[in-house]
Amino acid sequence: MGRPIKLLAQHVWKVFGSGPRGQAVVAVEDLSLHIHANEFVSLIGPSGCGKSTFLRMVAGLERLTRGEIQVDGRRITGPGADRGMVFQSYTLFPWLTVRENVRFALKKQDLSRQAQEEAVSHFLHQVGLQGFEDAYPAQLSGGMRQRVAIARALVYRPQLLLMDEPFGALDAQTRLLMQELLLRIWEEDRTTVLFVTHDVEEAILLSDRIYVMTARPGRLKAEVAVELPRPRSLLETESSPRFVELRRHLLALIREERIGPNPVGGA
Amino acid sequence: MTSSTVENGEATVPLDADRPRALLEIRGAIPARYYWGAGLGFIGLFLLGWVLLTELGLVSPIFLPPPAAVLQELVRQVQEGILWQDVSASVYRITVGWLISTAVALPIGILMGNFRLFEGLFEPFIDLVRYMPAVAFIPLTILWAGVGDTQKFIILFIGTFFQEVLMIMDNVKTVRYELIQVSYTFGLNRREVLFHVVLPAAMPGIWDTFRITLGWAWTYLVVAELVAANVGLGYRIMRAQRFLETETIILGILVIGVLGLMTDYSFKLTYRWLFPWVVRESQGE
Ligand SMILES: Nc1ncnc2c1ncn2[C@@H]1O[C@H](COP(=O)(O)OP(=O)(O)O)[C@@H](O)[C@H]1O
Ligand SMILES: [Mg+2]
Repeated sequence: MGRPIKLLAQHVWKVFGSGPRGQAVVAVEDLSLHIHANEFVSLIGPSGCGKSTFLRMVAGLERLTRGEIQVDGRRITGPGADRGMVFQSYTLFPWLTVRENVRFALKKQDLSRQAQEEAVSHFLHQVGLQGFEDAYPAQLSGGMRQRVAIARALVYRPQLLLMDEPFGALDAQTRLLMQELLLRIWEEDRTTVLFVTHDVEEAILLSDRIYVMTARPGRLKAEVAVELPRPRSLLETESSPRFVELRRHLLALIREERIGPNPVGGA
Repeated sequence: MTSSTVENGEATVPLDADRPRALLEIRGAIPARYYWGAGLGFIGLFLLGWVLLTELGLVSPIFLPPPAAVLQELVRQVQEGILWQDVSASVYRITVGWLISTAVALPIGILMGNFRLFEGLFEPFIDLVRYMPAVAFIPLTILWAGVGDTQKFIILFIGTFFQEVLMIMDNVKTVRYELIQVSYTFGLNRREVLFHVVLPAAMPGIWDTFRITLGWAWTYLVVAELVAANVGLGYRIMRAQRFLETETIILGILVIGVLGLMTDYSFKLTYRWLFPWVVRESQGE
């Protein structure tokens, strides 16, 4: 592909607890990957394999033990508004209304009050929350809270959107609705996305490419191009032969990880 | 268990709410009139027992005077202005003492809750001091500060500060780390995260800490006044004991109780007004 590279991770390592007493845990081992601009890429792998740790390193919230991560060719050294993040757990500010929560993300953007209001309304409309602007998070269902979180992560137009199992805590039906919503929003604006999940079908439905990680310590196991036509819809995509084939392939890769040996390396 | 209507064709099935419900359902909601009725009823029962014990001559008035005698004492103290004098002296001491304690505990507690370095710096010392009984400091404080208001402030400070600072630290620590992390992704710096995220999130808990520590402060105030004072509710109680004026003692205790209750309720009311977004998770709907 001729598109510019948005995210480049080279030989990234993360070792926890390598202090004098602590038992070292290798969470991420020599991980290299890249994401092109306007590409939707998923990272899947068994629970505990280091997906969240890697994402937090990209967000600049966690230091790398070794290696380098670049966004737009610049090495990242800390968190910044060029990268937005949606967490699995609810991260809305409970003392702010829906509107105020989304506007909060614009604090450091140089926008007039009116431009702020317009951006907030636009993204709340996109996630289908018009009419709930003045509700507090505690009054919303889990799915609605994650929609606010998505609007809040999009409103300041980050270059790269990081999503850490954003629908993992939702019930199955809500999760399907949220996947369709995200698909629709993404196909409109094509922000570059790195999406972490352990749900194979979710990864196929949403992504252009999928990286598969090994069980701990997390290394890269495979890279799979999805090659399903867009715009996609849940019903059509999930019944296509390509989808079924991909799902079988990916499940086999992950099953190997569950059964295979699981050595813990030291660093 | 649900409390919704049962779909039953055209017929209107009565709502659960209209049916008599078990009052003793575990964590179940009950109508407000039962809740308040029970509380007021219990106080009424208590007063009735008091009246019966004393008016029937079952106890000597020296040990327990009848409510009427306490009421009479109240009227006397109000007319002579004693009550107002005592109450204002005590309220002044507790307000200043508690404010000093809080003014120091708030910044230190916030630093300790946010920064491990400050936690490590202060916690061992605070843990040591907080097990020393404040009452045991009374002789020392009299030596240092005499018997004036300053000595009361010191006792109040010793009694409340060391607990309060640890509670504020815990209030700050209960703020979820993801809330802090997500704020960094908006480009906020540490100072902004502290003031715009951590503090607002910790504030309801801190407000509750204020309410609880102010309640404790009443205990230490009375203790301080019992020993060295010439005005104040604690002083009035101590003096009455010398002359066996039991009704004065009981009046003093009741007044303190009512003042404590009033502060408690005003904190609870302001809590609801300041933090309308907090939902208490104690009851099912
Ligand atoms: N702050 C930390 N300190 C020590 N170990 C950690 C820390 N965070 C994560 N780990 C460990 O790193 C490994 C990967 O965790 P994580 O990235 O959360 O996995 P995943 O998101 O894929 O489920 C796990 O074994 C976890 O216990
Ligand atoms: Mg995770």
